[in-house]
Amino acid sequence: MMNNIKGQYIGWIVFFIVFMSLAFLNPTEHTINIASKILVMGLFATAFNLLFGTTGLLSFGHALFFGLGAYITGMVVKSYGAEVFIPMVFLGGIISAIVSILLGFLCLRLTGVYFTMLTLAFAQLVWGITIKWYNFTGGDDGIQGIERPPLFDTFSSYYILILIVVFISMLLIYIVRSSPFGMVLRGIGQNPKRITFLGMNVYRHCLFAYVISAFFSAIAGGLFAGIDGSIHPNLFFWTQSGGVILMTILGGLNSFFGPLIGATIFIILEDVVIRQTEYWSFVIGVIMLSAVIFLPKGVISLLDFIQRLRKT
Amino acid sequence: MEIYISQFIGGLSVAMLLFLVASGLSLIFGVANIFNFAHGSFYLLGSYIAYQTISLFPNFWIGLITATIGAGLIGAILEFIFLKRLYGRVNEGPFQILLTYSFILILDDAVKFIWGPEYKTIVKPDILEGSFVIGSIFIPKYNVFIIIVGIAIALLAWYVLNKTKAGMIVRASSLDRTMVGLLGVNVSMVMTAVFGIATALGGLAGAMAAPLRTVTPGAGIEVIIDSLIVVVLGGLGNFWGALLGALIIGEVNAFGILWIPQWASLLSFAIMIIVLIFKPQGLFSKSR
Repeated sequence: MMNNIKGQYIGWIVFFIVFMSLAFLNPTEHTINIASKILVMGLFATAFNLLFGTTGLLSFGHALFFGLGAYITGMVVKSYGAEVFIPMVFLGGIISAIVSILLGFLCLRLTGVYFTMLTLAFAQLVWGITIKWYNFTGGDDGIQGIERPPLFDTFSSYYILILIVVFISMLLIYIVRSSPFGMVLRGIGQNPKRITFLGMNVYRHCLFAYVISAFFSAIAGGLFAGIDGSIHPNLFFWTQSGGVILMTILGGLNSFFGPLIGATIFIILEDVVIRQTEYWSFVIGVIMLSAVIFLPKGVISLLDFIQRLRKT
Repeated sequence: MEIYISQFIGGLSVAMLLFLVASGLSLIFGVANIFNFAHGSFYLLGSYIAYQTISLFPNFWIGLITATIGAGLIGAILEFIFLKRLYGRVNEGPFQILLTYSFILILDDAVKFIWGPEYKTIVKPDILEGSFVIGSIFIPKYNVFIIIVGIAIALLAWYVLNKTKAGMIVRASSLDRTMVGLLGVNVSMVMTAVFGIATALGGLAGAMAAPLRTVTPGAGIEVIIDSLIVVVLGGLGNFWGALLGALIIGEVNAFGILWIPQWASLLSFAIMIIVLIFKPQGLFSKSR
């Protein structure tokens, strides 16, 4: 256990140094673009895993919150200018949290596959509306030319903003996960009946975790809107939800930094593979299949394996 | 009035195709407790295998048969090699969804790789060209054919599941795998066979749908989402629920296109959400 806590500190330090030093190494715009996406998707996956990694509830509709964050920021900034960018990222989070309370009321009454499918249905519904409601959302064209906030309007300074927001957000999620509340969530994942017998409300705990998860997913979405300055209804699509699940599994769903590591691998791979072949889904499918069969605890379990080898 | 009747018949044939896919999905879930997210990809494979066969041997019926057998075999092989490894693992449910999700990514891209991204068409057999004319109502013969096949499969499945020994073993396995195993049945092979039969139904639906819709690599995803809605409406693992769900979705889509064309594609989701709010385990559930 002690070793584990020390490992977490090392994780935070490595995380901060690696991404901070990137900003000072005089990187190309492409590198910063990739690193920004890693941070944003890493936050998204970590937020998603607050629910899945603890309670085992698999939401296949988290793209809804990510897309909501991106669209609230994108649409308002497009109409009222870049000054409102940073407040809108947070407003997106809050609106997303409110939406998630309503959805949670409906979805969390179900468990297992039914929960997964209902969350998928809601996200697909919102995706459909976004595409069809051309006058309001720009439909299939998406929204282009979203300006970055003042002070952070270059790609490298915007990267610093992303790094700060993602770092603080992940710290907050970490605090939630290691709090007594987080312990209860993990208990629900292992044995929901026992939690009920201990006098705690499973449904209410899951709902609270769902809302926090939605809040930070939307923050990630809002930040995403500024990276390329363009957003598209596919941010709501089910492949987006699938992608974030894959990142989480790939990195390791039982560890806090697993999803971030998964996002890093996923995005770098995507960047490399897409330049080689148009059959990106095939490659990602094979990776996912191997991960599920051979590495169910994710890439991070390789670290434990190496540690054990060193001890013996 | 005529338009309503022809729209109703059209909806019925869509419903029967959906039923074929959804009943396979439901069968796998009911018996093996596997949620096969990749079921639409077997539908897709069915379309393409039929297309390939027909371009080699220009006979629609041979295409239908090879599509059914081909999709069934591929399904059984995938279950045997990959899905079996997950049985009994912690978090089995999410991992099944992920594994079958990776099947979607692989199979859909493989189809694109083998047959190319462009549209393919399959021509109806001569005997099913044209329409029956009753008064001023035109009913396409091919739609009638699909409806008859759908009903026949439903009856056959009911007979096999309820009246034969094989059906009894399948039903028993869905209740208690360990006990059936102790009675000397190779449950593992039963699972593989059920998976193969279910994916074969998906392949058959894909081949039959091909002359109505164009064959494209994206078809699998559209179908899986529709059939998911169907099984969730009827109650997962419930065979007759899948039939009811397919009828609802088929008809709602057929009439939705008449009344609110722009939003018709969203109606299925709206219905699923409403049903799940009031009957979380589907329409055919007994409790709640």
